Amino acid sequence: MSLIEIKNLHATVDGKAILKGVDLTIKAGEVHAIMGPNGAGKSTLSYVLAGREGYEVTEGSVTFDGQDLLSMEIEERAAAGLFLAFQYPVEIPGVSNTTFLKEALNAVRKTRGETPLDAMQFLKLIRAKAKDLSMNDDMIKRAVNVGFSGGEKKRNEALQMAVLQPKLAILDETDSGLDIDALKIVAEGVNKLRGPERGMLVITHYQRLLDYIVPDVVHVLAHGRIVKSGGKELALELEAKGYAEFGVSEAA
Amino acid sequence: MRDEQNQTAKNFVEQVVALAPALAGARGEGLERFAKAGLPTTRVEAWKFTNLRGLDKLTLGPAPDAATVPVDAIPTALDAPGPRLVFVAGQYRADLSRVGDLPDGVVLTASVGEAAPVAGDGPFRTLNSALSSLGAVLRVAAGVKLTSPVELVFIAATTGDKAALWNPRIVIDIADGAEATVVEHHVGANAGTYVSNIVADVTVGVAARLHHYKLQAEGLDAWHLANVATHLAQDAVYDTFVLNLGARLARHEARQVLDGTGIAARVSGAYAISGNQVSDITTLIDHAKPHCTSREVVKGVIDGAARAVFQGKIIVRPDAQKTDGYQLNRALLLSDQAEINSKPELEIYADDVKCSHGATAGELDEDQMFYLRARGIPRDAARVLLIGAFLDEALDEIIDETVRAYFRARAEAWMGAR
Repeated sequence: MSLIEIKNLHATVDGKAILKGVDLTIKAGEVHAIMGPNGAGKSTLSYVLAGREGYEVTEGSVTFDGQDLLSMEIEERAAAGLFLAFQYPVEIPGVSNTTFLKEALNAVRKTRGETPLDAMQFLKLIRAKAKDLSMNDDMIKRAVNVGFSGGEKKRNEALQMAVLQPKLAILDETDSGLDIDALKIVAEGVNKLRGPERGMLVITHYQRLLDYIVPDVVHVLAHGRIVKSGGKELALELEAKGYAEFGVSEAA
Repeated sequence: MRDEQNQTAKNFVEQVVALAPALAGARGEGLERFAKAGLPTTRVEAWKFTNLRGLDKLTLGPAPDAATVPVDAIPTALDAPGPRLVFVAGQYRADLSRVGDLPDGVVLTASVGEAAPVAGDGPFRTLNSALSSLGAVLRVAAGVKLTSPVELVFIAATTGDKAALWNPRIVIDIADGAEATVVEHHVGANAGTYVSNIVADVTVGVAARLHHYKLQAEGLDAWHLANVATHLAQDAVYDTFVLNLGARLARHEARQVLDGTGIAARVSGAYAISGNQVSDITTLIDHAKPHCTSREVVKGVIDGAARAVFQGKIIVRPDAQKTDGYQLNRALLLSDQAEINSKPELEIYADDVKCSHGATAGELDEDQMFYLRARGIPRDAARVLLIGAFLDEALDEIIDETVRAYFRARAEAWMGAR
């Protein structure tokens, strides 16, 4: 069964058309990658799916796990199992990572009809997940992303993903700002979540990340549409040839 | 002195004078002075942002007999009640107060005595001096450390449709080397219309410590006018915080004189207001002597068509070298009609000092809201998290942990009710 079905999706930002008819279907258990040049609409697609304000859908539909995604509030999408790993994770001074994760997990559990975790259960869970990502107690106690390095911020995204256990994870340029060691840790965290019941959409400009998170399907997004799809070898091809054949002059 | 042009709410002033009992001596003269000077308009610099004209709409009447007012809950910041004085409608309620088991050297009484002196100036101080006959007095003798916080509780009550006026006086005197914590509660949910005109005179002796906290949660039709004068002696430690949540209009005016070397003063506050509320925090920190530090963090959240005023003046006298002063004022505006008037004033006459100040106003951060919601946290809960984090920077200035937690809970209750 398809986990997410995007049909003819058009979206504008500030009145400017960015997505011009995206079609994409991801089945449970699959990892899809979207590659494309800057300005192709990759981040717009991720924000539209997450429900960010200011991104207006003008045409098309998105069905997520049987529900009309576009009619749902931001938090309802998260509770339904959609997770966006941010390209630029937001700093929230004064709110500790622990409080943030606990509020998020218990809000999501509540929507799913599960009982909230008590403080002890929660701490145990978060410690175990953090350890997998080589995050120490200090990083968990600090204010959300405040004073975190680029790599620490991305590990924090992976931690949130591990705690919330989404059905579909969208990774928006997760490789940006990461050195190779951090990239490996984050990719490992992501790979742990791969499973028959879960789907992933990995958005990236470069092929590098796909060495570590190996996709089943690769799509090329250019000029607001998916212009080509193929297997994982397509990523290598793009790395070698660039996006010129899609009418984009930029070298990959 | 007489300047009709700069007077407002004359009808209110006349009603106050007409309802006042016959007064002799200094009190009579005080009432006369109040009548003559009247109340300031916004043309007077100190009242530029806070308009008293609305007082004219009140019809004053007598306060109810406190003995007849049922009191179902007495607010407390403590886990177990300690010493406290309780006032209802401006009158002392001995039956609700706790003044037993005080250590030697500690006086806690509701009797100010007949000779309530006029300390300082200003119309409301003058009025309080003339009419005040009751209040709270805490005296801690030299070297005595009062471990249990003292709570001063003012519960409002009115009769029918007439507005009441009361003028409690608070006197806190912490002698050399002594230590105490005082928590004031001013509450009046659903108590109707009233004017609470409070004057507090505080002295903190040499190397003495006072933690002085105030929760203002008056009813939403109330006028809360407080005037605090604090005198600090050498090496004193003073930590004060006001939390403004209630009242239609609240003005907390606090003046502290750092009159000795080595003093550490923290003068901070927070507010959370909505509807048509006005919260005014006006402070003066007067560095009269060298080698003192002062810290002031005032932050607030403004919703609806509410308005906040912050006037923070720091004076560093020529003698006050090596002063270290810090002031921060930040407002979070939750609606398009919310308003903040911020006026930091630094008057520095010494040349070897460190003084910094900052003032900002902003809205909830959209990126932060999106991030929290994208993790499944509902909009309202996300707002509570962000507003709480914003206020915490001010609330963290409260040294006493129990009081800090209580004030935080009260602020959180305000947020939850949005």
